[in-house]
Amino acid sequence: MIKAILVFNNHGKPRLSKFYQYFDESLQQQIIKETFQLVSKRDDNVCNFLEGGSLIGGSDYKLIYRHYATLYFVFCVDSSESELGILDLIQVFVETLDKCFENVCELDLIFHADAVHHILSELVMGGMVLQTNMNDIMARIEEQNKIVKQEAGISAAPARAVSAVKSMNIPQQIKDIKLPDLPQAIKDFKF
Amino acid sequence: MALKKVKGNFFERMFDKNLTDLVRGIRNNKDNEAKYISTCIEEIKQELRQDNISVKCNAVAKLTYIQMLGYDISWAGFNIIEVMSSSRFTCKRIGYLAASQCFHPDSELLMLTTNMIRKDLNSQNQYDAGVALSGLSCFISPDLSRDLANDIMTLMSSTKPYLRMKAVLMMYKVFLRYPEALRPAFPKLKEKLEDPDPGVQSAAVNVICELARKNPKNYLPLAPIFFKLMTTSTNNWMLIKIIKLFGALTPLEPRLGKKLIEPLTNLIHSTSAMSLLYECINTVIAVLISISSGMPNHSASIQLCVQKLRILIEDSDQNLKYLGLLAMSKILKTHPKSVQAHKDLILACLDDKDESIRLRALDLLYGMVSKKNLMEIVKRLLGHMERAEGSAYRDELLYKVIEICAQSSYLYVTNFEWYLTVLVELIQLEAGSRHGRLIAEQLLDVAIRVPVVRQFAVNEMTNLLDTFTVSAQSNSMYEVLYAAAWIVGEFAGELEDAEKTLNILLRPRLLPGHIQGVYVQNVIKLFARLATTCLELQDLPGLVTLCDHVLDKLQHFNGSSDIEVQERANSACMLIEMLRNQLSTSTDAMAMDTTTEGGIPPLAIEIVQEMTLLFTGELIPVAPKAQRKVPLPDGLDLDEWINAPPPEDAASSSSSEHDKDELFVSAAQAGSAADGGGKRRQSLELTPEQLERQRMARLIEQSNNPHYLKSTPTASGASNADQYDNIDDIPITELPLDMEGVAALRVGITKRSDKYLQEQQAAQGGKDGKKKHKKGKKSKKAKNKVAYNSSSESEGEPKPLHIVNTTLDMPEGVSMSDSEDKDGKYDPNDPHRALDIELDITDFEAPAVRSSSKKSAAGKENLKTPAESAGSGSTAKKDRKKDKDKDKDKDKERKAKREHRESKRERKEAAVQPAIDLIDADTLAMASVIGGIIIDMGAEVATKAHKKKHKKEKSQRKEKKASESASASVSAIVSIGEYEQPLGISTPSKEIL
Repeated sequence: MIKAILVFNNHGKPRLSKFYQYFDESLQQQIIKETFQLVSKRDDNVCNFLEGGSLIGGSDYKLIYRHYATLYFVFCVDSSESELGILDLIQVFVETLDKCFENVCELDLIFHADAVHHILSELVMGGMVLQTNMNDIMARIEEQNKIVKQEAGISAAPARAVSAVKSMNIPQQIKDIKLPDLPQAIKDFKF
Repeated sequence: MALKKVKGNFFERMFDKNLTDLVRGIRNNKDNEAKYISTCIEEIKQELRQDNISVKCNAVAKLTYIQMLGYDISWAGFNIIEVMSSSRFTCKRIGYLAASQCFHPDSELLMLTTNMIRKDLNSQNQYDAGVALSGLSCFISPDLSRDLANDIMTLMSSTKPYLRMKAVLMMYKVFLRYPEALRPAFPKLKEKLEDPDPGVQSAAVNVICELARKNPKNYLPLAPIFFKLMTTSTNNWMLIKIIKLFGALTPLEPRLGKKLIEPLTNLIHSTSAMSLLYECINTVIAVLISISSGMPNHSASIQLCVQKLRILIEDSDQNLKYLGLLAMSKILKTHPKSVQAHKDLILACLDDKDESIRLRALDLLYGMVSKKNLMEIVKRLLGHMERAEGSAYRDELLYKVIEICAQSSYLYVTNFEWYLTVLVELIQLEAGSRHGRLIAEQLLDVAIRVPVVRQFAVNEMTNLLDTFTVSAQSNSMYEVLYAAAWIVGEFAGELEDAEKTLNILLRPRLLPGHIQGVYVQNVIKLFARLATTCLELQDLPGLVTLCDHVLDKLQHFNGSSDIEVQERANSACMLIEMLRNQLSTSTDAMAMDTTTEGGIPPLAIEIVQEMTLLFTGELIPVAPKAQRKVPLPDGLDLDEWINAPPPEDAASSSSSEHDKDELFVSAAQAGSAADGGGKRRQSLELTPEQLERQRMARLIEQSNNPHYLKSTPTASGASNADQYDNIDDIPITELPLDMEGVAALRVGITKRSDKYLQEQQAAQGGKDGKKKHKKGKKSKKAKNKVAYNSSSESEGEPKPLHIVNTTLDMPEGVSMSDSEDKDGKYDPNDPHRALDIELDITDFEAPAVRSSSKKSAAGKENLKTPAESAGSGSTAKKDRKKDKDKDKDKDKERKAKREHRESKRERKEAAVQPAIDLIDADTLAMASVIGGIIIDMGAEVATKAHKKKHKKEKSQRKEKKASESASASVSAIVSIGEYEQPLGISTPSKEIL
């Protein structure tokens, strides 16, 4: 069984947290913090298994993690899971994300946390591995996205327009407008 | 109107924050994130109040994000349910996601969701049902499980593989919350093992693996199906699960193991997937452990495993290295020899830069040590400890050092002076902040069980007491002072300079109360020893100054805030003052009449002698388990008055008067008391009438004799006769020193009576001069002040240097290796206990577990699947009622059993006392002398097993231990069975939920 899946960045900011056993919010944050401290102090060339972590821990549990660029993917699993198998699963998860977001980066996870959750739910369900075949996973995700698009249909057009306007980032564009370099001109002005 | 409203919402909605805006906003407000989020939450609350589902949906999506940042969103539970119930997939998905993140099985809101979830499960759109299942798997409650079990079971036979797969996994969650569902659902689950879709198959394997992990014996009959799957499937993920499952099953069925070896070895040879290879090795190891003999190619398989593991460990991939070591440690338990061949490799891993790997290597070290290399390995570990960063790792190292040295009663320790030195060095490293108590225990253990090393020990401990400084508060290392103080006191006879040690103990220091208490106690011991020396030398002035000195210093302890210290110090002062008074009268007399020779008054001599007697006698270690095996004797109620509370004025005051008059017993009285003690041990299990009679007798006696240590020689009923026999058989005698037979108990016989590693290496031929030199320094440091006898060194002749006294007070029929963890691991909250249900698995060739009558019991369950009702047929109806009754009876029986067990446990707990509470035993002895204080009946009833009758006080000192062992020996016969409760007792599920 998988007890928790955590994704956080190099500074310990959570990007995804999925607990398959209930912890209240403050405890969840503590767990994330503690896990980050355990994982972040390890070199990249040491093994990817970690015992302990007092909060989720227990002797039966292990932290299995992978570090990709700015993100840590940490799975907390018990002894019924194969260690190397979970490492593969993390790889599958990340590759799926990569396919869905096209060259996934941390920003994708930040702005589409819900989508990441939906993807994850096609891999793991209630702490048990559901599907490890990436093609099947992709097919499921695409079918669901299709439904969402259909439902959105025309009614979503105004909302999309609005969000397009919003993301135009007007203040930045105003800033970017090139104005004559007045102060300089003034400076150069000779009395 | 309606149009207007919609329009209004439409425009408002356009400029609502969506999730992206929220995230962006949080990122732009890094400095006052909390404030920003709280305004956002206010906005969200506004949005949730609107009727438009899209707005709510947007709000819930934002809440889910905020939840990840650590904010409680359970207040929006009702809105989340609203969004979940939307007919649009988009909203539903957001709702279920939010629910899965913040609902939990105890949420009361879940009551509202039952019908909605049922509707979703039966939806035409498979993704509606899929999303519902995914969400449900995170928050399913017992009620939901009960209500939805049927719907989920129906989904298990859906036409869509996607839903079948999810439903199968979901059933596991249902079982956990609602164990009654397991029996009716199981046939279907088994069916799914042969589902055409590999995903469904894999899910079913997954679920059964989880179930079987906790209650393997119920799933043994499925072995043939799994075997078939294993040999045909190519899905590595599923193979891993199956192979893991076999690992859990083989210990129960050796025949299975034999059958497995071949296909597994084939897989090991053929597979390219490391994960599969590794799991194969693991299971082969499990098989080999379960069939420890009788296999022709047995050693070949082990060899193969160890070889493959070596490849893993040598791999540059740290993950493989880690796993290799992990698997090695499993082999180590049963086949230490094959692992020892790779000692070099494992020792190399000790220096790995990765802590996880070092820890695994440490685990293996346990099996790597021998008499020859122990010293060197320990030296390396000490070196690691000095360098190691992080207290957790240092603690672990310290623990391992002690573990490998102390394993099987110090089997590999050839020189205990070396070991004590190591312990002292560990203390001085100030590393293992957590393990102070452990080291203290080791010091005590070695000093008690290795008589030869005591002289060395007392001197080391004196040094330690002298130099040790109590530093950090978090450090528990000061616990060693407890041991050190006790050792110098108890073995004061071995001290070179007892007076110096006494002064060290008397030095005022800031220490925890319990340690100061030990200090005071051992000051008395040292005092007694010094006073005896004075007596021998007829040194009256010396004795007087000694008394004065100690009295003076004890005042410091007298003022302690710890009540225990105060009391001990006070008693000690009283005792010494009494002696002092005797002496001062005699010095007065001497001043008048100088011709009296010696000058020490006889009463003073007697006092000193009595004091010495208090502390003489050997202490025998008691096995910690001896105590645990002791149930309370029948008829002993610890809440009951042991002695009827005496009338305030009469009994107590009169006895205390007596105390003042004659404090010490004459020799004749002592003898008779000892006799009485000898008889008293017979009074183990008394009937209430006997207890009553005894009580009366004691009360009478008490008024006549303050030292009422003797008891009436009544209380020997015929019914107790056989138990007395057992008591007499308590194995306190020395065990025969047969190396083969009792290898585990006998320790410390060395081939060469060498000192430390230096000598050891010299004897080996000293091929590495540099190392030898370095080691020499160390050993010199160790023995700096101690000149010890090296005359025992004789080359070639195997000769025991230090012998560990392994005589333990142990009940009969109990062996040290008895595992009592079963009780400890018992976890009433483990849902798997309720899942220990015997299942009908019909297609198993071997007639092992099948019981056809069980089948009809399924009819009782409120879940009825079509397949099942067809299966059980008409007979089910007939049997149903019968079964119901049967089950009721069973429930009753179980309940009764449980209650019985619980009350047992309670009683056991009441009876448990600290295993070797030496200090208390001392106090007890002292108290009885000083005040003739009444020893409580608990000890009295169980008093027995005197070894040496001529020492009266000693008998009390031993009382505790004796009582443990004696009643233990009785109980061992009576009640061993009751401790062997199987882990997976099936209990009515309601008690678990």
